[in-house]
Amino acid sequence: MQDITLHITDREGVEHNIQAPTDMNMNLMEVIRSYELAPEGTIGICGGMAMCASCQCYIESDHDLPEQNYDEEAMLAEAFHVKENSRLGCQLFISDALHELKLTLAPEE
Amino acid sequence: MIKTDILIIGAGPTGLFAVFEAGLLKLKCHLIDALPQPGGQCSEIYPKKPIYDIPAFPEVLAGDLVDNLMKQIEAFQPGFTLGERAQTIEKLEDDTFIVTTNKGTKHHAPVVAIAGGLGSFEPRKPPITNIGDYEDHGVEYIIRDPEMYRGKKVVIAGGGDSALDWSIFLTDIAESVTLVHRRNEFRGALDSVDKVQELKDAGKIELITPAEVIDVVGNGKVEGVSVKRGAEVFNKECDHFIPLFGLAPKLGPIADWGLEIEKNAIVVNNALDYQTNIPGIYAIGDVNTYPGKLKLILCGFHEATLMCQSAYKRIFPDKRYVMKYTTVGGVEGFDGSKKEAPKAVIKAIN
Repeated sequence: MQDITLHITDREGVEHNIQAPTDMNMNLMEVIRSYELAPEGTIGICGGMAMCASCQCYIESDHDLPEQNYDEEAMLAEAFHVKENSRLGCQLFISDALHELKLTLAPEE
Repeated sequence: MIKTDILIIGAGPTGLFAVFEAGLLKLKCHLIDALPQPGGQCSEIYPKKPIYDIPAFPEVLAGDLVDNLMKQIEAFQPGFTLGERAQTIEKLEDDTFIVTTNKGTKHHAPVVAIAGGLGSFEPRKPPITNIGDYEDHGVEYIIRDPEMYRGKKVVIAGGGDSALDWSIFLTDIAESVTLVHRRNEFRGALDSVDKVQELKDAGKIELITPAEVIDVVGNGKVEGVSVKRGAEVFNKECDHFIPLFGLAPKLGPIADWGLEIEKNAIVVNNALDYQTNIPGIYAIGDVNTYPGKLKLILCGFHEATLMCQSAYKRIFPDKRYVMKYTTVGGVEGFDGSKKEAPKAVIKAIN
């Protein structure tokens, strides 16, 4: 399995180019936490169950991402700072399809 | 004043299990929790989600785990102060503590164990710049007394169960009820959604979707809200604006207790007993941090167990004690109950 590259702009506006493994069943929120791109306690608060919006991010590249499931759609309907390109990082699983994905973390609520 | 041996702040799985371990040492516990029911996140956020990493439970629903813990600690008769948030702590001259809640309930104990998880659950506030100016002057995040809305014009925002249920409830009390939600779809219980549809058709609820409240208008008190629907922005006159966007955990007042905080968690001595920088105050479960910390229920159980042993030594510095296995000592409840292994019968064979 190959690692993929992600381009993540953190909440301070700093861009990070990072490698993420595709074979560890990780999601985007967990990758962001593993690189400590947002302080602990401000991201992934619900643990990755689409029950908070602390991992909300704005997708800025033209990737063909999986459709939002019911939980993600419902949470984004209640979240703040939502834009057209908002997704929950915890619902995006790291796979080859995400290679070179570019995104920015949404502000903390 | 409520008096106890170990005052536990947070009635999630870790706090509940601490009652059991304390009970084995004959220590009484009292728990404070901001939520109205015990169980913490397990009850509030994901009661129907299965957990797979509780030792010896191949699969258990979070709600069932809480029910089992409540059953396990029943004989130790814990006290509960629910629906109140631990607000202040005071250390007395004899090194004991008084913890007071936001509703003024006072608790006195020689040991305080903070098992607060991610913090106390508080309403999520929408990012409206001037909303703070109107809190308690027409903006409420929690409906405490529905009667205060009698004859008033109310705007509710949100798309979940509480937004739907309160919209329905207030139609009989308020002069008018307007529900604003960002989408046309609501995610509440189906019969609540149907009921709102019915009330809308009957002209008793005004539904504004897909729309958002972007501003509060008023002069010292709420006189209306600015609603944005697509490109259109208009004023909706009202006396009360009630945003109901669910709850989110915040470390809250505990952060001001003089405890060492790192990464939004309380630093503890994990090499010994999970005590904080203030002797007598411990932090266990998701609320603490130390090198290698994992926020897992099973780790919280371990931390609770070690905390209780240390608490015993703090409360009874001159008493000697060694940990007993429940298979050997059984479990003696404070309610007079006793559970123990059946005794072997010695009988000769002739």
